[in-house]
Amino acid sequence: MTALSSGGLTTGVASPGGVSPSGGLRRFGSARWRRRNLTFDKISFFLVFLVIPVAFYIGFVVSPFVQAAYFSLTDWTGFTPAMNFIGLSNYAKLFTDSTFLQAMSNNILMAIVVPIVTLGLAMFFATLVTVGGSTRGNVKGLRNSSFYRVISFFPYVIPAIVIGLIWSQIYDPSAGLLNGILTRLGLDQFTSFAWLGDPRTARWAVMFVIIWGLVGFYMVLFIAAIKGVPAEVFEAARIDGAGRFRTAISITIPLIRENVQTAFIYIGILALDAFVYMAALEPGGGPDNTTLVMAQELFNTAFTKGQFGYACAMGVVLAVITLAYAGLVFAVNRIFGGKSEVGE
Amino acid sequence: MTQISQGAVPTAPPGERVPTEPAEAYEKPGTAADKAVTGFSHAVLIIWSILVILPLIWVLMSSFKTSSEIFASPFALPQHWSFQNYVNAWTTAGIGSFFFNSVIVVFGALILTMLFGSMSAYVLARFSFPGSRALYYLMLAGLTFPIFLAIVPLFFVLRGIGLLNTLPGLILTYAAFAFPFTVFFLYAFFRSLSKSIAEAAAVDGAGEWRTFFQIMLPMARPGLATVAILNFVGLWNQFLLPIALNTNPDNYVLTQAMASFASQAGYSVDFGALFAAVVITVVPVLIIYLIFQRQLQGSVSQGVSK
Repeated sequence: MTALSSGGLTTGVASPGGVSPSGGLRRFGSARWRRRNLTFDKISFFLVFLVIPVAFYIGFVVSPFVQAAYFSLTDWTGFTPAMNFIGLSNYAKLFTDSTFLQAMSNNILMAIVVPIVTLGLAMFFATLVTVGGSTRGNVKGLRNSSFYRVISFFPYVIPAIVIGLIWSQIYDPSAGLLNGILTRLGLDQFTSFAWLGDPRTARWAVMFVIIWGLVGFYMVLFIAAIKGVPAEVFEAARIDGAGRFRTAISITIPLIRENVQTAFIYIGILALDAFVYMAALEPGGGPDNTTLVMAQELFNTAFTKGQFGYACAMGVVLAVITLAYAGLVFAVNRIFGGKSEVGE
Repeated sequence: MTQISQGAVPTAPPGERVPTEPAEAYEKPGTAADKAVTGFSHAVLIIWSILVILPLIWVLMSSFKTSSEIFASPFALPQHWSFQNYVNAWTTAGIGSFFFNSVIVVFGALILTMLFGSMSAYVLARFSFPGSRALYYLMLAGLTFPIFLAIVPLFFVLRGIGLLNTLPGLILTYAAFAFPFTVFFLYAFFRSLSKSIAEAAAVDGAGEWRTFFQIMLPMARPGLATVAILNFVGLWNQFLLPIALNTNPDNYVLTQAMASFASQAGYSVDFGALFAAVVITVVPVLIIYLIFQRQLQGSVSQGVSK
C-alpha cells in the first residue's frame, strides 16, 4: 500500500487491491503491473471522470464562494469595473445597519423556533406511527400508519413558492380560508384580520407555514431511522417495564441521535435562508420588517440597489451564522449525547 | 376515539391480525389504557392530516370559482364547474410554456449532474490519490455554504460567459449546485459496492471506462434512482437561482413564473386563474409522488442518513 501511494493517479488505480487480502494482491499482480502504464484509457478516464466535473464544479460553485469573500472587502457596484479595496468597512457598516440587524434577529428567532417545533412535531408523529401501536404482541406501529405518512409528506413535493402562495391566500383578510373558519366559529374579531399585515402575528404566521411544509419530510426521516433500530431493543425495554412514551424518550431518541442532528442542521440552514417562503408571503419584509430575513435584504441590496460588495458582505455573515449554527448543533449533541449514553 | 370511528380509518382491536411470535410471553393485560393511547395517537395524526389536506382541497375548489365568487365566500362551492380559470392560467398567464421551460432545465441539469456526479463519486470512492481528501472537503463546503453567498459572483460568472438569462446557463448552474450532494451520496454508495468486482473486470481485460459503464453503473442503479429523485424534487422547487440568474420573462421556469403571476394578480385580481395555476403546478408532482411515494420516502431517509 505504501509503495502504491507514493505515485500519482495511476498508482492509485492499483490501490484498491491493497484493501483486499494480500492473497488477492498477489493474484492480481500481473494486472496491477499492466495498470501502472499510463494508457489512453486511464488518462482519458481520469480526465473525463474527475478533472472535467471538478473543474466545472469549481468554476460554478467554489469560485463564486471565494469571489464573494473577496468582493465583500470592496465597494464594487458591479456595473463599473471600478472596485476599490475598502477592507472591513462593509462589515462595520453592516453591524450598524439597523435593517440588516433586524433581519438577522428575525432569522435567528426563526432558526430557533422552526427547528424545535418542526422536529418536535415530526418526532412525536414518527413515534406515534412506529411504536405507538399496541403494547401486546410485537412492538409495532399504528394501523394505517402509511396513510398518515403519505399525507404528511405531501407538502414536501409542493414547491416552497407554491406553498407560500397557497398560504398567502389562506391568510387573506377577507377571502381567506382561515378567517372564514374563525368567523364561522363565532370569533368575529377575525372578520378581516390581516395575519400577514399585523406586526404581532406576521412572523408567527410565516413560521407556521414553514413548519407546515416541513414536518412531513422530517417525520418520514425519523420513521425510517426508528425502523432501523432493531425491534429487540424495544422489546427488551418493554420487558423492563418501560411504557411507550418512556421508550420514546429514553430509547428511541438517543438511538437515532445522529439522524436528529442531521435533521437539525438541514432545517436550520433552511430557516436561516427562508427566502422562498418570504418571497411569496411577505415580499416587502412584512409589517415593520418583522419578517424580513437576511437573504431578502441581500437580494435587494445586490439586485435592486446594485451594491454588490455590500451584498457579498451580507452573504459572508449569513454563511458564518450558518456554520456557527451547525457547530452549535454538533456541540449540543456532543454534550447531551454523552449524558444519555451514561443514562442507558 | 369517537373521532376515529367516524372517519374512514377503521380501528380494529390492535394486535389481533399481526402474527405473534414468542414475544407473547410478556403480553400486558392493560388493554384499556392501550386503546386510549392508540385512540389519542390516531386523533393527533388525523388532525394533522386534515391540516395538511384541507388547504389543498380549498385551493382545488377555489380554482373553479370566479374572482367575485372567491371574494364572496371562502366556503361556497363554485356555481359552475368550468375550466375557464385553467384555460386562462395555461394560455393567458403562459403557465404552459413555463412548465415546459422547467422540464427542460430540470431534466437537462439532472442528466448532467447524474453523469458527472456518478463518475466523480466512483473515482473518489474507488481510488485514493493525493488530494482526494481535499476534494472530499471541497464537496462538503459546497453542501454547507448557503447559495446566497455565491449568488452575486455567480451572476457575473454567467454574464462573463454569456449565459446569463438563458436556459443553458440555468442548466449548468443547477447541475453544478446539485453536484456535491450527488457525489456525496453516490460516494457512500460506490464505497459499499464490492471492489473485487471491479478488479475482476480489470483482470478480464475491461478498461476503466468499460468497467464503469458496463459493470459499476448498473450495479449502482438503486443509488442512482434515489439521488435522481431527490435531485429532481430539489431542482424542480429551486427558486433563488432562476430569479437571480434568469430574469428574461420568456425563459421563466415554473416557480418564478408562479411568483410573478401572483404579484401581477394582485393588480388585475384574477385569483381564480392563480388558484388554477397552483393546481396545475401541484397536480403533476402530486401524481408522480403518489406513484413513487415508496421510493421517494425511501430516498429521503437514505439521502439524509448518509
